[in-house]
Amino acid sequence: MTAGAKTLVEIAGATKRFGPVTAVDVLSLDIRENEFFALLGPSGCGKTTLLRMIAGFEQPDVGRILLDGRDITAVRPNRRPINMMFQSYALFPHLSVYDNIAYGLEMEGVRGAALKQRVDEALAMVRLEEFGRRRPHLLSGGQRQRVALARALIKRPRLLLLDEPLAALDKKLRGQMQLELKRLQHDTGITFLVVTHDQEEALAMADRIALLEAGKIAQLGSPRALYERPASRFVADFIGVMNFFEGRLAALAGGRAEIEVDGLGRLWAETEDLDGAAVGGPVTLAVRPERVRLSVAPAGAAGQNALSGTVVGVAYLGQDLIVHIGLPGQPAPLVARLGSGSHIADDLVEGAAVRCDWPPNDSRILLV
Amino acid sequence: MTKTGELVQRLVLLGPGLGWLALFLVVPCGVIFAYSFFLRGIYGGIDYVFTLENYARAFDPLYLSIFLNSAKIAALTTALALLVGYPAAYLIATGPRHRQVPLLILVMLPFWSNYLIRTYAWIVLLNREGLINRALVDIGLIETPLPLLYNEFAIVTGLLYGYLPFMVLALYSSISRLNPEIREASADLGAPGWRTFLRVTLPLTLPGIAAGSVFVFVLSIGNFITPDLLGGGRTVMVGNLIYDQFLSARDWPFGASLAFLLIGLMMLLLFAQAWAVNRAQGERARA
Repeated sequence: MTAGAKTLVEIAGATKRFGPVTAVDVLSLDIRENEFFALLGPSGCGKTTLLRMIAGFEQPDVGRILLDGRDITAVRPNRRPINMMFQSYALFPHLSVYDNIAYGLEMEGVRGAALKQRVDEALAMVRLEEFGRRRPHLLSGGQRQRVALARALIKRPRLLLLDEPLAALDKKLRGQMQLELKRLQHDTGITFLVVTHDQEEALAMADRIALLEAGKIAQLGSPRALYERPASRFVADFIGVMNFFEGRLAALAGGRAEIEVDGLGRLWAETEDLDGAAVGGPVTLAVRPERVRLSVAPAGAAGQNALSGTVVGVAYLGQDLIVHIGLPGQPAPLVARLGSGSHIADDLVEGAAVRCDWPPNDSRILLV
Repeated sequence: MTKTGELVQRLVLLGPGLGWLALFLVVPCGVIFAYSFFLRGIYGGIDYVFTLENYARAFDPLYLSIFLNSAKIAALTTALALLVGYPAAYLIATGPRHRQVPLLILVMLPFWSNYLIRTYAWIVLLNREGLINRALVDIGLIETPLPLLYNEFAIVTGLLYGYLPFMVLALYSSISRLNPEIREASADLGAPGWRTFLRVTLPLTLPGIAAGSVFVFVLSIGNFITPDLLGGGRTVMVGNLIYDQFLSARDWPFGASLAFLLIGLMMLLLFAQAWAVNRAQGERARA
């Protein structure tokens, strides 16, 4: 989405406590019109509570929720122009597919030919034209999900909420539905807000992601920003796989940082902003497995970020190879990922000496 | 396990229960069933002469009207139990988990004392000099005591009191099985609370309504203690009629035929209810 698009939903300082647990902690967030937004986080991070507050099933203890600039904090769920696709789908088991989808419009007073036309359109949109008369229990999981989607979309809500929409589907179907959801979002122009604990799902579908940790936003940004420029160790660790090196900041000049790591010596990283970093203070250097380059080691190693290690494990994933490399003084092995067709693939056996390195601008310095 | 081993295990587990039922339920029922086809002896015994006269007599307008009146009283009790029980069951089933168990224990608390004693207690409450009438006279709402006891009002009150827990428990189990997200989905799609209730909650809890209603109806129509004590001893319900045939009129064959007609009616209702529940559960299990 283009920056500066109109704000659709504004969450202003929302807090929600359940007994001693603070599920959502003074959280503020803007969701823009016509974007595909993902709330991502581990279970218990508050993402579902936040979703349920936007839907109206939970009231924030403190703070407000605005839709199109209007305060809807006290508006009941049935009066919000927001619809939700539930994780369990929550289809009405006693109603046919057709009647499930028609339900929302019937509540608006749509009747007769107009109703039939829009339900037929919705059935066509999710390609279930043949299934209108069936009861939900006679459908497959994927079909049920599409009924739930059609039922929520038929009212043309300002915002569609999706609670773990793909969790109940098998892996192959999940991939298809990711594309299907993207297509539906594009075709309908409705803003989608999806809650998920699956980072791949969020990366694949969302325009922007808010990663939540303990009721607060750990980082908000595009999938690329979260993956490539994680703001904290939590973000770096949650999204994808990351190698971490604990050390001290030895020097900082001209956007280039030098980190002293026990047992490995100096490592280099390029950084744009390192506010609050003090030379001599503890920092973490992070590098993605696919950024690590491997070569079969000549004795000794030279060059920036060049480390000598020993292969301790290799996992063959078909397309890729995951190599674990033991480094002196490091508690956890370095993880490297390379194409299984690589010319050194055959040399990467347990016990082999390897040289690894990466360009300074492929690693990140994390302060927290 | 071998086939015979399984059979032995089943017999050991089922044996005591089935044996008990066979000996003390099926055999006596069979005896009563047989009696219903014989003539009454002159001195109250059985003349072993086959006849269908007992069943023909049961459909005499005099007895038929008692049957119908019993059904009316039982139906009224059932309807009231449903009206009173549904909101209570709904609140318990949709309330916080930690509050459900104490509330359910409260619902079942009356079972801890004897039904007869509890029915006598209603006499104390309802009679002319009873607690209710005296309280109403004392606060000046009425001048003469209301006729609360020894009528159908008292019978329905007693039956409702006695059997309401069955209704609440049946409804509770049905409502608590409903996925709460289904009600939320209805609200999310624009339905106000009452429409969610009519379109979603009520249809989906019909099996519970059927189960609770059959419980209350069957228990009420066959009851003879409550009409005897609270109804003033007039023969108003079929339970009393059967009781009288066996103990006062000493017409066992006629009593037996009435008992079997009543059992037949109850069985019919129970089968209808089991069928309805089965159908609904089959659907839900796959939904």
